[in-house]
Amino acid sequence: MDIFLQQILNGLLLGSIYALVALGYTMVYGILGLINFAHGDIVMIGALVALSVVTALGTSMPVMLVLLIATATAVAVCVALGLIIERTAYRPLRRAPRLAPLITAIGVSILIQYSAALVWGKQYMSLPEIVKPGKIEFGGAQITTTQAFIFVLACAIMAALLWFVKTSRMGRAMRATEQNPDVAGLMGVDTTRVIAFTFALGASIGAIAGVMVVLYYGQGHYFMGFMVGLKAFTAAVLGGIGNIPGAMLGGLLLGLIESLAAGYMGDITGGVFGSNYRDVYAFIVLVLVLMLRPSGLMGVSSGDRA
Amino acid sequence: MPPLLEVRGLKVAYGGINAVKGIDLDVGAGELVALIGANGAGKTTTLKALAGLLKPAAGSVRYDGHDVTGTPAFELVRRGLALVPEGRGVFARLTVAENLAMGAYIRDDKAAIAADCEHAYATFPRLAERRSQLAGTLSGGEQQMLAIARALMCKPRLLLLDEPSMGLAPIVVQKIFETIRAVAREGVTLLLIEQNARLALQTCDRGYVMESGLITLSGEAKALLDNPDVRRAYLGE
Repeated sequence: MDIFLQQILNGLLLGSIYALVALGYTMVYGILGLINFAHGDIVMIGALVALSVVTALGTSMPVMLVLLIATATAVAVCVALGLIIERTAYRPLRRAPRLAPLITAIGVSILIQYSAALVWGKQYMSLPEIVKPGKIEFGGAQITTTQAFIFVLACAIMAALLWFVKTSRMGRAMRATEQNPDVAGLMGVDTTRVIAFTFALGASIGAIAGVMVVLYYGQGHYFMGFMVGLKAFTAAVLGGIGNIPGAMLGGLLLGLIESLAAGYMGDITGGVFGSNYRDVYAFIVLVLVLMLRPSGLMGVSSGDRA
Repeated sequence: MPPLLEVRGLKVAYGGINAVKGIDLDVGAGELVALIGANGAGKTTTLKALAGLLKPAAGSVRYDGHDVTGTPAFELVRRGLALVPEGRGVFARLTVAENLAMGAYIRDDKAAIAADCEHAYATFPRLAERRSQLAGTLSGGEQQMLAIARALMCKPRLLLLDEPSMGLAPIVVQKIFETIRAVAREGVTLLLIEQNARLALQTCDRGYVMESGLITLSGEAKALLDNPDVRRAYLGE
């Protein structure tokens, strides 16, 4: 088995999930200048809702139908949650100093985590073995059909989002609102609606990413959104926060970095930094980006932002 | 017939300062009206309040026979009241074509929008050459042309213009004012703010002079041009 190719495949797969979550951070940041720290927890809610649905339905229906229902339920719950958070927590603070919504975001994050702990308990929930994935050989490396499906779906969602933001009327309104909300209003854009839509869009993509995390790791937990969220946030910063293609690039790169570092740093350092340190690399990347290129790989420097 | 825009006792506070302290102002349908005054007189604040970007603290704004006091900008545009804001406000990271498309945001008649785009490009050939360029890469004059062209895309009945000549070379200012006159001839009612009082009063039918948040003079533009106070304070004589 080709270890290097295997790590690349693992990295791209993990990275595509990070990228989807990172989109939620970057879209909201782009339009409101707010780091929505509750976004990782929306992903968690999506994951746990999907787990509950899959557990409840079990093998009573075809697997694909179960997954479809689970994903649709997760998306519906997360969109509702995203809209409620925007309406009750962030909208009243639209004109407040930047620190206020930031602290609120952390508060909302904790609120969702412990609400989830009340609903689902604090133990790990496992995905019932409804999927029996096949293996795909790929030049000496191997991935499961589930993993291939996750990657293809993630790429399709990203392509669809790029197309939507680039060509649709709503996408143009989102970009206009991001650049200058007052002038967007002068064009007839109801910016309050555009902002709510952005939250809903980010939450729905986050919900799908949550389902993918469940399929990938086979389990979920009320605190899982914290690490997923921090890594996706790192991916968004790496790509240039506020920049949609940047979030995609940042996610994929971060997945690759994490996977390759976890695979090779153990050998390189003579076993000192084994693969159990894999979570560290994302934050090394975050620190390096903030030190060397705070605007990220594809970001615009704050100077020419409207 | 009542005027298209009727402002009574308008007061606007901006950043804790009473920038506009109770003004009356009328703009009749088809008129070209100038609001002149020194920096900080409250002109921009007035226009922002009329366009729905700022909420008035007191007073009333009637437009087209309806009370629109405090109506947000995005609803006023749908009724045909548009503003070209101070500093142009083009979307720097959208292309010229996308900026024009944003101007037509409230419309869904695709064929007519395309025709109006071509009309804008015919009026401003510079924009046609640069239609797929980001608006942020345009010169100041080109951005002002784009801002005006964009505002016209929503088919306004009343167009408010905030300092269309600001920071532009004299030859470009001439071109911008030619366009303003052409727009007025097409039947659009205009209210514009200008630092360049002479040019504004030569272009417009009527004028208002604003000083420290109050309107101190008003009348026919020609009469204001001859008014000794105006000549001394604003025409540099």
